[in-house]
Amino acid sequence: MSKSKQTRSQSKRVVVYLNGIYLGFHDNGDELVKSILEKRSIRELTPNLNISYNKKTGEVHLNTTGGRLRRPYIVVKNGKPLLTEEHLEKLKSGEITWDDLVAEGVIDYLDSEEEDSLSYIAMDESELTSDHTHLEINPASITGAIVSTIPYPDHNSSPRLTMAASMMKQSLGLYAVNFNYRLDSRAHILFYPQVPLVQSASYSALNYDKRPAGQNFVVAVMSYYGYNMSDAVVVNKNSVERALSRSVFYKTYETEERRYPGGQKDKLMVPNPNIMGYREEELYRNLDEDGIIMPEVEVKPRDVLIGKVSPPRFMEEVATFGITEEKRRENSVTAKGGDYATVDSVMLTESLAGNKLVKVKLRSLKVPEVGDKFASRHGQKGVISYIAPQEDLPFTKSGVVPDLIINPHAIPSRMTAGHILEMLGGKASALDGEYVDSTMFSGTPEDELRAVLKKYGFEEGGEEVLYDGITGEKYKATIFIGVIYYQRLHHLVSNKMHVRSRGPVQLLTHQPTEGKAREGGLRFGEMERDCLIGYGASQLIKDRLLEESDKTIVRVCADCGSLGVYDYSKRREYCPICKGTRMDEIEMSYAFKLLLDEIKSLNVFPRLRTGDKR
Amino acid sequence: MVNIKRSPIVDTGEAVGIVAAQSLGEPGTQMTMRTFHYAGVAEHVPLGLPRLIEIVDARRDISKSLMDIYLTKEYSKDKKKVEKIAKGIEQLTLGKVAKIVEDFENKSIRIIVDVKYLESRNLTFRELVKKISKFLNGSARVRTKSGKYILITAKTSYVQLRKMSMKLKSLHLFGIKGLSKATVAKDDASKEYFIRVGGSNISELKKMEEIDFSRLYTNSIRDIEKHFGIEAARSAIVKEIKQVMDLQGLAVDVRHVMLIADAMCSRGYVEPVGRHGLSGKKESILARAAFEETIKHLVNASIKGEEDKLNGVTENIIIGQTIKLGTGKVKLVMR
Repeated sequence: MSKSKQTRSQSKRVVVYLNGIYLGFHDNGDELVKSILEKRSIRELTPNLNISYNKKTGEVHLNTTGGRLRRPYIVVKNGKPLLTEEHLEKLKSGEITWDDLVAEGVIDYLDSEEEDSLSYIAMDESELTSDHTHLEINPASITGAIVSTIPYPDHNSSPRLTMAASMMKQSLGLYAVNFNYRLDSRAHILFYPQVPLVQSASYSALNYDKRPAGQNFVVAVMSYYGYNMSDAVVVNKNSVERALSRSVFYKTYETEERRYPGGQKDKLMVPNPNIMGYREEELYRNLDEDGIIMPEVEVKPRDVLIGKVSPPRFMEEVATFGITEEKRRENSVTAKGGDYATVDSVMLTESLAGNKLVKVKLRSLKVPEVGDKFASRHGQKGVISYIAPQEDLPFTKSGVVPDLIINPHAIPSRMTAGHILEMLGGKASALDGEYVDSTMFSGTPEDELRAVLKKYGFEEGGEEVLYDGITGEKYKATIFIGVIYYQRLHHLVSNKMHVRSRGPVQLLTHQPTEGKAREGGLRFGEMERDCLIGYGASQLIKDRLLEESDKTIVRVCADCGSLGVYDYSKRREYCPICKGTRMDEIEMSYAFKLLLDEIKSLNVFPRLRTGDKR
Repeated sequence: MVNIKRSPIVDTGEAVGIVAAQSLGEPGTQMTMRTFHYAGVAEHVPLGLPRLIEIVDARRDISKSLMDIYLTKEYSKDKKKVEKIAKGIEQLTLGKVAKIVEDFENKSIRIIVDVKYLESRNLTFRELVKKISKFLNGSARVRTKSGKYILITAKTSYVQLRKMSMKLKSLHLFGIKGLSKATVAKDDASKEYFIRVGGSNISELKKMEEIDFSRLYTNSIRDIEKHFGIEAARSAIVKEIKQVMDLQGLAVDVRHVMLIADAMCSRGYVEPVGRHGLSGKKESILARAAFEETIKHLVNASIKGEEDKLNGVTENIIIGQTIKLGTGKVKLVMR
């Protein structure tokens, strides 16, 4: 038995699979693979084909399906890359394209299986040997478009790169130059976007330098009293007043004059006071004759933007009264909570169904304030905790005051050395007026940045002597200060702030609603309840779960224990089950009343035995 | 010692249950799936959250039981003696001492035996053959070939043949049933050797006189309950839970663990926390309905005509009254 095993592993006989499905046998795996690769290299076989060969199991896998992750490589023959200077020049002049290179066999796309089994890829041209089959175009291409914009990513820990990439998507910038004509439901525009001083080679390719999303901040790494603990940041008030990270927020409301079955339709107008659900008159004050608000009017929450009346929801209402016009209901579009804004523009058009369509765009200025979120491109995010007057902030001997102060504790545990390098690079760039290249694996090295700083008379490590703005005293320690690109993220407190004391309740349970849009409360959940039990705070539990929630007074029959009713016309209370009239008024949560009803629906009759509180 | 101080006693109306639950539950969320091993036992013993759940659920078949067997003074100091006993305890099946080969062509099973090993354990080849024929109980023909191997032929289906060979493999020969992987370890405190063995079988070990029965320990709480009683089981629950928390480096006051153990043993037998145990047997209908299987509890209560006395916490919150704990426990009385 052992003998046959040996011969099998030694033989070159292989099983061939095409796209994972058994195709057949071949007597010589090496030869098969060699000839397939040769045929593919002269493009007799499609470049979409990838092949892998497992000598141990004697399997050859051919793959041509979609959905495999593949990367392009320069083909190498006899230790020489097939891509020549001639190709590059032709590419530049536009004579040939990328696709031509692939068709010619200069570029191969490899999938992960082929990369692992049949290829030998050189990272750099200098290390090429005759054994190599392919050459990496650029090692930095292992990342995608977004990660490639992170400066010095090879100096950061990988979780931070992931976080930086996801935060870059939330940054405010100039997302479209025609933003004035667009009616996006929400949009942010940064006032003065700046091109980053430290940037990688992909910036121009991605047009990031044409639509940047951030600004270069002067940042000091130090503590500022207690204000920048736990990722909080301190911002210079004078910088903010000089429009640092200032942005504008657009929000669009829209409505349509809909037609309903039965020939009725909505009407855009200033509603009559006798209409169903008429709001306070004050709220309609900004409407024009046509029932639509005018541009450049300032609005507050609950203000009507577009006045609209609709036909009643149910036809019976029409039938009982016979008059259609009088019984129409109010259906206006109003500004939601927190919308202190100016009407930017009003658009009148027609919807696809041919109805009159109105869009109102509100504009509000968003000056950075305490609670707004900022992030560098290294996954270092923070929230403004204090906007300090410039005179209270530290300054260098040349009089430079930081725009932002971050806490040194934010750096070591997260291992974002790239953040430090970018600060150094930004400082060097600001001094000599050249952009600093921070491309992965090939960015300007630290030594060169240090040399630049030295050349301009700065401490080469980026640390400077700072003076306390309040006392004027010199700090005992030197402070690392530099220029780094910071982004304002679209999590603005002014769009999130929400409070409630009293407010709407749910129809079914009589409990407070949930969520900011419904002016809801914050849930006092099961675990919070457990905590109060743990403290023995029984009055407080009752307050949270009953008084401040869904307390109701229910009549309970003292004889049979079922829920009673009150007949308003006869001014009499009675029990519908036993016809008794002895009633007790019991306070309970509406949810419990609902539970009793549901138990009844199970054909179980719950009785409440009432009595005086013991 | 005798004089119990009043200071550590909690106040009336203190919510000890909730506090115990929180004190155990909060570190429980931090418990990692990281697992350590008991020294000497190669097999994986569940630790951390899985083990905690196992204890609290009072499982009968725990995923890996262990026993610590201490011997009487005559044996425990001598490593060689202890090792000999350990070897004797370990269960050996036919599959472990012999090679069992199926021959489907001739519908037979061949058992190749290491006779020398058998004789070292005081079992002759003849006795083994007898044992096997007794085990098969005439369902197959048993023959011996040249005193080296046993040939079993049976006129059955192939499936039956395979089943037979599987059964033969697990035929008990030496040691105590259910015990495997016996290793000898040294107790650093008392400088004596003890045996750590996988599996749990107290009733068989009871018969061995070398064993110091008073120090026998198993991590199977159900076994402890059966052989040593409810008080021992309670102590075992405390010990096991405490051990799980300590191994994870989580500091939990024993008194919280003791409260849980007390609750689990309060009816005189070990019962789980949860649907089939403490929570499922609560007095209040509303509290049970609020926990799990709402409709089942409501309907059953209606069939029996049950009444909710409203003494617990959950039910009073449901109906919107103050709970009878803490500040709700006391009342003002007019004099």
